[in-house]
Amino acid sequence: MGKLKLISEGIIKNNPTFVLILGMCPTLGTTTSAINGMGMGLATLFVLVLSNMSISAIAKLIPEEVRIPSYIVVIAAFVTILQLLLQAFIPSLYETLGIFIPLIVVNCIVLGRAEAYANKNSVIDSAFDGLGVGLGFTIALTILGLVRELLGSGSLFGWKFIQGEGMLAFVLAPGAFIVLAYLIVLFRKVTANKA
Amino acid sequence: MEYIIIIISAVFVNNIVLSQFLGVCPFLGVSKKVSTALGMSAAVAFVMALSTLVTYLLQYYVLLPLGIGFLQTVSFILVIAGLVQMVEIILKKISPALYQALGIFLPLITTNCCVLGVALLVVNNEFTFGGDPHMLNLGQSVVYTVASAIGFGLAITLFSGIREQLDLNNVPKAFRGVPIALIVAGIMAMAFMGFSGIV
Amino acid sequence: MAKESSFKSMVITLSVICLVCSALLGVVYSVTKAPIEAAELAKINNAIKAVVPECDNNPSEEVFEVDGSVVYPAKMNGTIVGYAIKVKASGFGGPIQMMVGFNADGTIYNTSVISHSETPGLGAQISDEIPTRTQIVGKNPASSKLSVTKDGGEIDAITASTITSRAFLKGVDAAYKVFVELQKQQ
Repeated sequence: MGKLKLISEGIIKNNPTFVLILGMCPTLGTTTSAINGMGMGLATLFVLVLSNMSISAIAKLIPEEVRIPSYIVVIAAFVTILQLLLQAFIPSLYETLGIFIPLIVVNCIVLGRAEAYANKNSVIDSAFDGLGVGLGFTIALTILGLVRELLGSGSLFGWKFIQGEGMLAFVLAPGAFIVLAYLIVLFRKVTANKA
Repeated sequence: MEYIIIIISAVFVNNIVLSQFLGVCPFLGVSKKVSTALGMSAAVAFVMALSTLVTYLLQYYVLLPLGIGFLQTVSFILVIAGLVQMVEIILKKISPALYQALGIFLPLITTNCCVLGVALLVVNNEFTFGGDPHMLNLGQSVVYTVASAIGFGLAITLFSGIREQLDLNNVPKAFRGVPIALIVAGIMAMAFMGFSGIV
Repeated sequence: MAKESSFKSMVITLSVICLVCSALLGVVYSVTKAPIEAAELAKINNAIKAVVPECDNNPSEEVFEVDGSVVYPAKMNGTIVGYAIKVKASGFGGPIQMMVGFNADGTIYNTSVISHSETPGLGAQISDEIPTRTQIVGKNPASSKLSVTKDGGEIDAITASTITSRAFLKGVDAAYKVFVELQKQQ
């Protein structure tokens, strides 16, 4: 029960994208296709789980005043590790996500979870919390990418099944804002009916 | 001439919020009123200009000569966090009035991704401003950064003006708050796309 | 609860954290250094392979520079069969890095775009559609005017991607200039 609930809360009740509206920059910037959205989501998930775990482990040793800078350094270290690993083993993803990988450091979701959860809870719980929130973020980004890719280029995960040009506006900047707005509305409707 | 191209390009064509998606969080978060939006943009512009200056020097005179480019992200974010803290302390001492106006925005700036984003863009990417691709020199970097900050200010100020009006209207319940704001931002992004191709 | 904070403990904690993180990063960096270089080399090699005729040497090992541009010679049994020339051009969204391949006689063998930041769906066609539709493969820049019709050339720009098409052709042209310079030197 306990651990599963932590994960499901991250996906639904505390969904970082649809409910908390956090981490908007990568959400909008990288979701030109489903696969890119998913890549960004998983990259954030990786950093989130590791930073949550290490911060929960060292939280008690850190004096109050330097809490935030310490957390940021820890997060930045994991982001750089991710950056190096991607560059070495999945260079194509590294190039598509570009500047948004180092920017995971300032993604409010990561620091937010460290502050709100990891520094008060056990290492294991923090790991699951990171996993839940990370999955929620990944799912949201994948859906957003899916819709934009479908409308914008008529394909799903790179598999093109509608011929022709597609509605380019959805791949470009304006589409990102508008699709996200409608997804939030939809999410609100669905979860409101459930409750 | 080149500086004019840089400014037009950074403010309108490649607006950091509406076309590069940097700084969207404060764009949505502190845009309910025009006055707070202006305060936030001023604080962001100030910190961005300073941090690009410092990170540029750090990159070219410390990280690259020592061959520790992989510490880029860590050192840049530390510089930014430190600078924000310093600006806060100095403002408090020197100009309490300005501190009153900008103070509450300062802690938010560390996690504003346009500061780190622009600092990274400037040292990692080549730009084309009307000529062949090249890395920016120090002067161009600072001009580009300030212009980007002005672009941020322009976008957030226009946006907050629209949101003030939006509050007076009857928006469907599910759209209230963020969704309708996002749609407004989408339409603004479309308008800004009209600038593309002018430089 | 958090440890009692004093100036000393603050400085110590922060320094320790920074040190540990930097050390950790140093380790990861040294481990990933070789794979990163291999991945970058593989990318260049793929681009070269796509733009030169079949060869039995390794062009990226015999690389040299002409006029500040990087040139990779392709050889078959020791004779030059073509050159891959790496050039940059100013696109619509930023720099475009591309590899242009020539046969030994100066006709274009093929082109390959290494990186670009063009608009998705429009200028981004630079990596597939634009090279095919501009039909430059097999042409010799010495005899045909490779620029868009708007600039008085004989190539139709791709609709809605004129600037990218123009940048692409400029890149090809720059590579050809390097090729001519190369012939002069020999």
